[in-house]
Amino acid sequence: MSAPYVKLPAWADYGLLPLINVVVALLISGLVVLFIGQNPLEAVQYMVEGALGSGEGIAFTLYYATNFIFTGLAVAVAFHGGLFNIGGEGQVYLGGLGVAAAALTLDHYTPWYVTMLFAVAASFAFGAAWALIPGWLQARRGSHIVITTIMFNFIAAALMVYLLVNVIKQPGTMSPQTRLFAEGGQLPKLGALMSLVGLDIGAAPFNVAFLIALVASFLVWVLIWRTRFGYELRTMGTSATAAVYAGIRYERMVVVTMLLSGGLAGMMALNPVMGDLQKLQVGFPAGAGFVGIATALMGRSHPAGIVVASILFGILYQGGAELAFWMPDITREMIILIQGLVILFAGALEHMFRPALTRLLGAGGQSSKSPSMTQSA
Amino acid sequence: MDLFGDLVQVLASTVRLSIPLVFAALAGLYAERSGVFDIGLEGKMLFGAFAAASAAAWTGSAWLGLLAAVLTSVLLSLLHGYASITQRGNQIISGVAINFIASGLTIQLGNAWFGQGGRTPQLPNSARFTEIVWPFAREIAQVPIIGPVYAGLISGHNVLVYIAFLAVPFTWWVLFRTRFGLRLRAVGENPGAVDTAGLSVSWLRYRALICCGILGGFAGAYLSVAQSASFIREMSAGKGYIALAALVFAKWKPFNVLMACLLFGFLDAFSIRLQGKSLPVIGEMPVQLIQALPYILTVILLAGFIGKAIPPKAGGVPYVKER
Amino acid sequence: MAEPAIELVGISKSFGPVRANHDIHLKVSRGTIHGIVGENGAGKSTLMSILYGFYQADSGEIRVGGKPVVIHSPNDAIAQGIGMVHQHFMLVENFTVLENVMLGAEGGALLKRGTAAARAELKRIEREYGLEVDADAVIEELPVGLQQRVEILKALYRGADILILDEPTGVLTPSEADHLFRILGKLKEEGKTVILITHKLREIMAITDSVSVMRRGEMVATLKTSETSMPQLAELMVGRSVLLRVDKASASPGKVLLSVRGLTVKDSRGVTMVDNVSFDVRAGEIVGVAGVAGNGQSELLEAIGGIRKAIAGEIVLNGETLDEATRRDPAALRRKGLAHVPEDRHHMGLVLPFEENENAILGYQNDPKYLSGPLLDLDAIRADAREKIRKYDIRPDNCRLRTANFSGGNQQKIVLSREMEQDPDVLIVGQPTRGVDVGAIEFIHRRLVAMRDAGKAVLLVSVELDEIRSLSDRILVMFAGRIVGERGAGATEQELGLLMAGVEQREAAE
Repeated sequence: MSAPYVKLPAWADYGLLPLINVVVALLISGLVVLFIGQNPLEAVQYMVEGALGSGEGIAFTLYYATNFIFTGLAVAVAFHGGLFNIGGEGQVYLGGLGVAAAALTLDHYTPWYVTMLFAVAASFAFGAAWALIPGWLQARRGSHIVITTIMFNFIAAALMVYLLVNVIKQPGTMSPQTRLFAEGGQLPKLGALMSLVGLDIGAAPFNVAFLIALVASFLVWVLIWRTRFGYELRTMGTSATAAVYAGIRYERMVVVTMLLSGGLAGMMALNPVMGDLQKLQVGFPAGAGFVGIATALMGRSHPAGIVVASILFGILYQGGAELAFWMPDITREMIILIQGLVILFAGALEHMFRPALTRLLGAGGQSSKSPSMTQSA
Repeated sequence: MDLFGDLVQVLASTVRLSIPLVFAALAGLYAERSGVFDIGLEGKMLFGAFAAASAAAWTGSAWLGLLAAVLTSVLLSLLHGYASITQRGNQIISGVAINFIASGLTIQLGNAWFGQGGRTPQLPNSARFTEIVWPFAREIAQVPIIGPVYAGLISGHNVLVYIAFLAVPFTWWVLFRTRFGLRLRAVGENPGAVDTAGLSVSWLRYRALICCGILGGFAGAYLSVAQSASFIREMSAGKGYIALAALVFAKWKPFNVLMACLLFGFLDAFSIRLQGKSLPVIGEMPVQLIQALPYILTVILLAGFIGKAIPPKAGGVPYVKER
Repeated sequence: MAEPAIELVGISKSFGPVRANHDIHLKVSRGTIHGIVGENGAGKSTLMSILYGFYQADSGEIRVGGKPVVIHSPNDAIAQGIGMVHQHFMLVENFTVLENVMLGAEGGALLKRGTAAARAELKRIEREYGLEVDADAVIEELPVGLQQRVEILKALYRGADILILDEPTGVLTPSEADHLFRILGKLKEEGKTVILITHKLREIMAITDSVSVMRRGEMVATLKTSETSMPQLAELMVGRSVLLRVDKASASPGKVLLSVRGLTVKDSRGVTMVDNVSFDVRAGEIVGVAGVAGNGQSELLEAIGGIRKAIAGEIVLNGETLDEATRRDPAALRRKGLAHVPEDRHHMGLVLPFEENENAILGYQNDPKYLSGPLLDLDAIRADAREKIRKYDIRPDNCRLRTANFSGGNQQKIVLSREMEQDPDVLIVGQPTRGVDVGAIEFIHRRLVAMRDAGKAVLLVSVELDEIRSLSDRILVMFAGRIVGERGAGATEQELGLLMAGVEQREAAE
């Protein structure tokens, strides 16, 4: 575990290696495009143009990125503690319930920024609550958190459909969704911000949630690298025995970590529910909970890296939609393939390029002293 | 008598809905018994379904479809093996990646090849696994009790259904009656014992993953060329995860797997049957609760409140020679 | 004389900079029991792993029955008729005895025929060597002694002529060990060759025909057992290395700061590792705990440090009898004035990927002096780390460097400076100089004496006898989980060596 940490300089570890992984993932995707008889360069061009070529494109890109920042942070916080929270999707879903609860209660009475505060708190609380049980089961009963969080994704989906169909559906309509939130329950678009730099937001739902995501990123950075909790979290995630030695309480830490992770995932709901749809409807997380796994892995669990990775995925999602429009043989699902490849190379195969890179850099005169290992027989 | 007829119908659809779970859960059983976690079952099933439907559409043969599904699924298994055995990567992450790759690539390729937005063309019955009617099924269908059971439950399934039911004892036999099975179970519990016995841990695990791939292909082929007549995007719809749950629920034992899959299939059939109806005594039962029941039951089992599900000891951990 | 069963010629093996085996020569005659003794870390296990194909030697040659052979894997070893009983059993716990024995030698693709044959063969081996065990029993339900017997059966079933046993009695009760020796005697009668690796001299004397002594990776002597004695072996094992001199005044112990009463600790398998141990450590003294590794010292240290659960006994720290909650809470123990330098700095004392300054607060992350409000006070932490780097001459003097990039000696100084500078009342230290260069050893030793002179109570656990002897004011010797003797600072190596080897005083006097 510790060995791969040692050799590479930070810029290679956090910059070059993720870049190589993404480039390889993109190259393979390019081969697929080639394979189906299309021109990958043309595809890239449409994609970049669609995502970055207009104010509206950029705004859409950032709208998607907002989702991925939240879920990426959620996965990263758990990663730092050595936990794999694969249940972001369900936690987002439940977070949406919190957002809707706050918005439906307050939208006629309070301005958006007051409603927003309650919505932030409620989305966090609902997402956290949904992560609590898997966390508690891991801490106290040793139930594998990967399996339990997967199960909770499905349970969440069933629960939300039930609630939307039978409990909170707007009376007199057929579709399983709440009523539209009034203005006091809507997050304002960031058109003004866009026009500051001379860009037109167009119809994009780019909204205040993006700023909340940036604040959350900063806070997570503070939490992980500047607080006692973060210190204990990283210790637990890096060396379980050292954590015991340092008097860090495993059970408590696991539960709190999962609450934070689930809460961050839950907050993602602010963006689509309050910032775009202005209502709660079935299926709104749309897989964003899983994209967080990719952005966390690619961003090496660092909030700054996650923001960058999320914007890249925002480009892929927005650009992918444009691409599918202009080149009908290429579908939006191309993005899911790229996402899978990024997870594969940045995650499961993270050690594949490392030895070669280490050798390459080592030959370049980097005198990294290897730790003297004690040989205990 | 109507109630009995209903029951037979529900049980028959239980069987139909359980089959992909049985194949997939058995696939997972081979992998996990050898010490490799595989949450990529969903992806294998999905890609298998796509490959089967595509090949069947081109060749007009359901059997070639099945072959294509098996090959594709084995390839994904080998990818998983390369990441988790050779590269000693994280098995969970590798599985997640495979699920996404399958999800994206099937639609992409399907759209490029058939231009129907990810669907494959509707297969004629000649290119499908169709129902096999057993001798005298029609004749004795009217006989009370035995008739409906024979005609509705035992007869009238496609060949893959019967293969699935045979795969269970076959897997048990492989696991507990063959040299390969002994070694496979050993490597999932204590790879050190296998290594010191002069056997290759990696090769054993690769072979287990190949078995996993083969069965994953059967699960996929069942979905697209037996149960339906084409591939539809995301048609595995989480069945790979339910199979995973069934595997945990079955405590990694073949016959338990069959029971767990039948239970989960029954819940599925029951909830479909129940849609919009109200039960005596209980009143209207939320369908979603029944749909979520497999997952809830699995969590409760994992929590150790009703018996303990103990996974193979070496599961999820790449083998590194000691010291 | 016939060809030796096994001959090693000039075997060398290094792990990075560590020389585990250096130019080893060894001949083992057929039909004998040959012992290999040496302290922990002397290189015995590495040598046997080379013989069994787990590692390849960097140089040298292995000859079996006079013929040079290449052993690249356990498979090759098995083919040469070499079997091994590992210290940690290589058994599949939820398999039956028969399944374990058959694994890798099933006799066909289907188990059925092989099983019948294996059962018959097992019966034959059982009869021949007196190795009764229920073939259908599940391993995890068998006592440790029987599990070991299964390991022996595995080797014999594969037709092993040469059987290597690595510390076979470590996990056995005395009567189980006696039974094992009877079995080994029987194997010898049947013409098998046995290599017994141990650090227990009594076992060597009781059962072997010849014995080789290893020290620091070298084979220092091979003797006929009948022509040697325990004192001679003890001396060879420990060696006559130059005693590291530490200048220190005689101790002036004050009041008792740490008192351990009847402490009993079991490991995860339920084996008693610390057995009803009692002792005191006073202010201003260093109490050394000597013993061959694996005799319960590590568990004792971890139990006092709050990391391991003790099932019985009490600990009195600074006059206060600790309640159960405190005893299991390393953070609370630190607050009460106990500092702990753990034996394993790589996995416990340090988080290697962390920056140096982050490790300089490990365990003290709740100390208000490192906090400002809810945040870590990085300025204070780094200033503190720099101060310790200066005071303990830690190199390189960069508190932002990853800890893994420091050398072993400097890593150990990071741990020591952290624990010592907290000004504890009681310091418990495990293997303070393991893997540390000579210069740092001297520095660390002086620091420990300085702690003593400052009126602290120091408990020192080390497998380095020199270290124990040069630092301690009193020496406790642990063997098989118990304290088998207490000696003053002037105890001789031989005297301690015999105690450490579990030789009763009476026997030693003989």
